[in-house]
This record gives sequence, C-alpha cells and structure tokens, in this order.
Amino acid sequence: MKLFPAAPSDPSLGVILLVHSSLARAAQVARHWAESGCPLVIHVDKAVSAQEHAEFRRALAGLPDILFAPRLRCEWGKWSIVRATQAAAEIMLESFPEVRHVFLASGSCLPLRPLADLRAYLERRPQTDFIESANVEEVPWIVGGLGQERFTLRFPFAWKKQRRFFDAHVRLQRRLGYCRRIPEGIVPHIGSQWWCLTRRTLTAILEDPRRREYDRYFSRVWIPDESYFQTMARLHARRLESRSLTLAKFDHQGKPHMFYDDHLQLLIRSKCFVARKIWPKADLLYNTFLQTRESQPCPSEPNPNPIDKLFASARERRVRGRTGLYMQSRFPAPGRENGLTCAPYSVFEGFSDLFTDFETWLSRTTGARVHGHLFARHGAEFEGGQDVFAGGLSSSAAVRDRNPRLFLASLIWNMRGEHQAFQYGPDDSPEAGHLIAQDPNARISVITGAWAIPLFHSSLNFNVIRKIAALRQRAEAAHVDLLRSHATRARVRIWSLAEFMENSMENLQIIADTISPRAMRKLTEAPRLANLAGFGKFLQDLKNHGMHPYMMGNFPPDNIQPIRLRPSGARPRIMK
Amino acid sequence: MSKAREWRKAYGLRWKRRRLLWRALRKRREMSAVRDRTDAIAPGDVLLFAVVRNEIERLPHFLDHYRRIGVDHFLVVDNASNDGTGPFLAAQPDLSLWQTPHSYKQSRFGMDWLTWLMIRYGHGHWCVTVDADEILIYPYHDERSLKDLGRWLEVQGQQSFGAIMLDMYPKGPIGDQSYQPGDDPFEILSLFDAGNYTFTPQTDIANAWIRGGVRARYFFADRPERAPTMGKKPFVKWNRRFVYMNSTHSLLPCRLNPVHDLSGSMTTGILLHSKFLPSVIGRSLEEKERAEHFAVSSLYDSYYEGIAQNPDFRGPESVPFEGWEQLEELGLMARGGWK
Repeated sequence: MKLFPAAPSDPSLGVILLVHSSLARAAQVARHWAESGCPLVIHVDKAVSAQEHAEFRRALAGLPDILFAPRLRCEWGKWSIVRATQAAAEIMLESFPEVRHVFLASGSCLPLRPLADLRAYLERRPQTDFIESANVEEVPWIVGGLGQERFTLRFPFAWKKQRRFFDAHVRLQRRLGYCRRIPEGIVPHIGSQWWCLTRRTLTAILEDPRRREYDRYFSRVWIPDESYFQTMARLHARRLESRSLTLAKFDHQGKPHMFYDDHLQLLIRSKCFVARKIWPKADLLYNTFLQTRESQPCPSEPNPNPIDKLFASARERRVRGRTGLYMQSRFPAPGRENGLTCAPYSVFEGFSDLFTDFETWLSRTTGARVHGHLFARHGAEFEGGQDVFAGGLSSSAAVRDRNPRLFLASLIWNMRGEHQAFQYGPDDSPEAGHLIAQDPNARISVITGAWAIPLFHSSLNFNVIRKIAALRQRAEAAHVDLLRSHATRARVRIWSLAEFMENSMENLQIIADTISPRAMRKLTEAPRLANLAGFGKFLQDLKNHGMHPYMMGNFPPDNIQPIRLRPSGARPRIMK
Repeated sequence: MSKAREWRKAYGLRWKRRRLLWRALRKRREMSAVRDRTDAIAPGDVLLFAVVRNEIERLPHFLDHYRRIGVDHFLVVDNASNDGTGPFLAAQPDLSLWQTPHSYKQSRFGMDWLTWLMIRYGHGHWCVTVDADEILIYPYHDERSLKDLGRWLEVQGQQSFGAIMLDMYPKGPIGDQSYQPGDDPFEILSLFDAGNYTFTPQTDIANAWIRGGVRARYFFADRPERAPTMGKKPFVKWNRRFVYMNSTHSLLPCRLNPVHDLSGSMTTGILLHSKFLPSVIGRSLEEKERAEHFAVSSLYDSYYEGIAQNPDFRGPESVPFEGWEQLEELGLMARGGWK
C-alpha cells in the first residue's frame, strides 16, 4: 500500500522495521523515520492482535513511502524472522529504486542522531556494508549459547519454551556425534542481527543462484537471524565493515540491556546513530530523540566506548560481585568467593607478648589500625578498647562467634582503605586460626614461644603456670603446623623467639615495610622489649618440672641483649 | 538416601504451602471491605499490600513514596485503628480498604489476610508487600519505576526481589525528636549501622537468614540468636499459589527465596525502616501489653522496655544516610548487572 508516489526528500536510505510489541512506540519511531524522508517497509508480527495492528496502521496513515510486508509469525530463534526480513527487503529493493543502503531496525530501536547524519555518513561510504560478522570458529562471540554447533546440529525444539527438550536433544546429538553438512562455499559467521547493507550486496544475497539451498540449510540453523545475512554478506560484500551501526548491549546471559531515561546523556554523548533496546516507558528518551531537529549535520564518528565501559563494569559486578563482600545480594558458595576478605591485613602472633607497647608502636610507625586480640575468648578487642567498631560491629563474643568468618570479612570490608592489623595467640579461638590461614589476604607473622613471656611475669602458682604453658604450647604447635601446610593460602613468616631476638630490628623493619611498602622508611624507634632477665632460667624451671618448652627455639639462658637500632647499611631482605 | 529425603522435604513444604493457602481462605471472613476500588486495577499494574494499625503519622509519606515509584493500587487491611487511619485511607482514590478487628498474631502477623487478598487480586502482578514503616528503595529508584525494575528482574529470570531492612535512627535520644505527618521521616531518622550484618543459610528452604543493624547491636549483643530478621522479599511477581511463610522473610515455593548470587551479585534493594520515630516509645509499651508481634512475645519484654527508656543509638560508627548510591557503595544494596 503505497500512499504517496514521490518521496519528499533524499530517499537513499531505506529502513526495514520489524515490529512485534509496544506498537505505540514502534509507530512513533516509524513516523520519525518516515518524516525524515526514509522509505520504510514494515513487518508486523502475526502474533499482534488485529485491533492493535489496525491502530498501528491508523497511526501511520497519511505518511509517505510506507509499505507493509506480508505478516508472518516470528518465533524467537526461528527461521521465520529471516524469512520476514527477506520478504521486506525484496519489497524495499523493488519499490524504491533510489535506495542505496538498507537499514534493518526493530520497533524498539531508537534513532539518536538526525537521519541526515546517517545518510551523509553512508554517502561517504557508498560501497560499504555495515554488518557485524565474526567467524564462528575463531571468535567466541556468543554469550551463553551454542557456537559452532548452531550450524551443525538440529533444533526441533524451542529454546525458550521447551528448554528441557532442547537441552536433551542437543546432548543426544553430541553423544551420537551427529553433524549437519554445511553447504559448500560458505563459512559460518555470526553477529548482531541489526545491519545496514548496500543495495548491491542485498540484491546479490537475495538473487544468489544457490539461495534455495542456503535458505533450506539456514532454516534449520539455531537463531538464523544472527547468522544468515552475516554469513551471506561475507560471500557478496565488496567492502564489509564488521560492526553494527546499531548500539546494543548484552548482559552475561546474552539478554539485551535496556536503556532508560537516566541514560540520556550517555546516549547523546555516544554519537551512535541508532540504539536498542529502549525501555518502552522511557518517555524522556523518546521525546528527546524523536523531536525533529534541524541541526547542522555533524560528521562525528559514533563512539560507544563510554557506554561499553559502563556496561562492562555492570556485567563484572553481576558476574563476579565485589570481593570480600557478603550481602543479601551476594553469598558466595565455598570456592567461588574470589577472596575471603576484600583487602590485605596483618596478623601478629607473639609480638605483643615480646614488646610491651607493640600495638601503639605499630600504629605509630605504619599508620595501620591496630587491634588487640580480635578473637579473644572474652570478646573482640577493637582498637582503643571500643565496644562497637566501624559499621556497628559489636565486640560481643556471642555475636562474633556466631559467624567468625563474616565478622572478619565485615571488619575488613567496613575499614577498606585502611590497613588492619590484629593480634592472635594460642588462647584465642582456634576456628579463627583456620580462617586466617585460608585467606590469601592475611599476612601472618608469628614469633613462636612468646606466649611464655607473660607467664614468666605472672605471679600465678608455678603448677598452674606449667599447665597453662602446656596448653598454649600444644595449641600453638597445632596452629603452626597448619600455617606450614600446603592448604594455607596466607602469607606467613614464622620465627622462634630465639631466632627473632637474634636480629630483632631487622625483623621489625620487614614487618613495617610489608604494611606500608611505599613508605620504606628506616625505623627510627623500636618498641619496648619486655623484661627478660631471668627468662632462660624460667624456661629451665619448666623443663625441670617435666614441661619441655620447645617453641622458643634454642634460647640462651640468661643472655638477653636489649634491642639496639641497626646501624645504617644494607636494607633487610624481604622474605615471602 | 539424601535424594529421597530431599524429595520428602519438598513434598512436606508443598503441603505446608497448601495449608497456608487454605488458612488464608478461611480467614478471609475476618475482613470486611470498607472501600473496594479494585475494579480500577489494570493488567500489568504494580500493587501494594499492607496491614496497618494506627499509622496515621506515617501514611502520608508512605503513600507519596510508593506512588512516586510507581505503585498503581494499594490494598490495605486496617487492623482496628482508632487514630483516624481508616477514614484517611478510605479517602485515597487509588486505594482499596478492608478492616478487621481480629488478632494480628492469630492471622500469622497479618499474613493470612494479605494472602487472601493476593490470591484474589495479586495474581500475575508485581506485588509489593510491606509494613507502613517500611520504605522500599532500590537502585535508580529516583529515575526508574517499580515496573522497570520488575521487567528487569523478569529478564534476569527472577520472580522475587530481596531487600534488607535498615533500621534508621535519629541523632540523639529517639523520643527527643519531632515529626510532622507528611514529612520525610528519614530527615530525622538519618543514621544507620552500615556493616554489622550476618547471614545464616537456611538450607531447607533455600533462604538466607540475615541479622544485624542497630537493634541487633543495641538490644541483642548478648543473645544474637534473638535479634530481629532483616532480610525480606517485599517485591514479587505474584502467583495465586504463592504464599509468604514467615512475615515477608521467606516464601513458598522455595525457588522464590534465593535473591542472592553464589559468586557474583544479584540486584537487591533496601527497606528503610521508620520504626524509631518519637512515637515508638509510647507504642512499644502498648505492644508489650498487646503481645501481638512475636511468636514468644515474653522473650522481647526487655527489648520493649529498652525502647521505652528513650535510648540514644548514635555512636561514632553511625553513618548518615545520603541516598541509594551510598548504600550501594557500602554493599547494603546491589545493582547487580542493572545499569
């Protein structure tokens, strides 16, 4: 039904419009194309009700150069959609001889720039076909679907409605080794179904002498609308640019992203010609982009990069989430956490026993937030003895021990941006010891045997001391075994008390450097060493009572040197 | 053996769902319609279901907010209000009102009544089910409506939408503030606890049990197992065979419960909780007497008494509320792949 014989303006660009839902919006867009002087061939899906179709036709009445293709029922992923496109293209080429480029669009595509721009763009590239077309064997273009197998298997079942049968049938064919023959001479290519082809190429595709054979083959390929023209264009195109002029983004499941009103600025800046899919209720987008604009033609190239980046980050967020965050939205199954915590942190064992002011010293020299024993049995010792720490974490042992893992993850998450350090020892909950050992973000430094120092200073009955020492030694030995095992993913440094004392300043320097590696300043101040006069004799006493303390290493009896600053010279070696 | 047991459990839950539906069917007689404007509901409309009792103070802002984010029709059950809530609601043009004098607790905390209304009117609609002190926000809620969100979730294959309840509290003792009906309650209740939530998987119903926030910190530090549950599913593409099992914390069938992702992140929202308006002090004494809000209400006496003592929840760790982007950044809500 051609209403007006003559086109009002330059009819070099023809548009094929495939419409199946949101007809009011589609009519709006069709009107826009038509008023800009584009000949249109519209295919309305047969599933659209007669009433809606009549309304749609009424909305477009009186516009020049609109033709309607015979209506077919187009099912997703089926041949009929290609068939409808072919029929529309035939009508287009036959009825509008002046058309030099044919643009395939859907009812939910929205032109973002004046069509004069697009026409001028195509005029500068009269021989070029714009169709995304990737060799299916070489490029993993497909998101969440079949690749090469689209072309070699059979698909009698609908993927959307009969998923089980579809999957089972694919599995069966794989097992049987079934493989369709691909017609000679064609190399399967795949790409976005929205293209813009030259009259020459499109004619060649439609008038190919082997078209019947190709059509028969493609009619049983899965999702042929993403491969028929893409493959055929490779046979006939003179200059093929493998990209689509239509901006379309897909999520990790290959489902199209919607554009909403708040994407307005982004879309304007992208300078793309056409975008999809537009959310039908995005009034602002429709109103902005469909108002007739008499602007000067703008020769700028489309630049979808910012949009690509934004959607890539959203996709990353959806698929990988944020490391170290446990939330209603994200509760990683074991092994899929991509990290237990969100940032590196340090654990010190024995240091606060050996040095009386270790915590204040560490926070002063490194700027880290230094906690006491976070996993002490009586409750979490937050920095400065706070009852409630960042994010509202409670120091209550009951709360912490309900889920120590989440307690630690929350603490590190709440304080992201600042390095956290805490003390751990043989009296603390052994479960926490397992936890930190598994975490690649943990930097654990251990001075074994230092737990004996507070005992040495305590005024308890010697028998009690002896029992406590035995318990602590057993707990620490088990913990150190764990830290040395292959399963441990934390970075671990272990010294015995004696080893540490041999070169204590250098060892402290190593610790300070790992917390703030960029600072790399030489330590000017040492933490205060606990009084160890008589400690060797104390150990000997324990031995004499049958409790052999061995975690301290070979401790020289009564021969403890006070710490001295290391003279300037070679930097200490950083050990992994 | 585990296969058979799983099957048996699933079958048990199926019967539980049927029992709950049956219960709702019986309890429908406890309600009578005050104003029925359900004829105005069109296909594709977003509906909101709520049970209220003496909420005249919160309702103006509540209705405003939900209208703004795209609720088309409200279906409200008035449970024996005596502060003018009933007439106020009856006068709203997009609201259908039922009233009942029966027990809230006996009706599974109002769920039986709502279940019946949802069977009758919610089928095939995206439905919001909230209390009058719960304000749902989600990523982009100032630009995109609940319909947009519903459509996005459908494309993702999600039928339900998760939101954490965020207890909001004022900068000072809760009773010392002043609030005028119609004002944004979160101008006063501007603080929240950002990072003390814990999760316990409930494997039998594929749910995650979430606790935390200021009430858990302040009232339940010594018995975290009693702290209120904060994870909800307030927005669901409803089917008349669905049923809320435990408030809006969990649903049957169980496949509606997972609103999280096992490696990445799903889209979720936040229910801003306006419980701690100044009036809560008087109310908590009343609720302690009524004992209508918890299964074993006596366990919560100290909690009610604590509220009555006009506490100040504020601390250096309190975070002032700035908007959904902030909550997203903190990890309390998530965009997932929505962009």
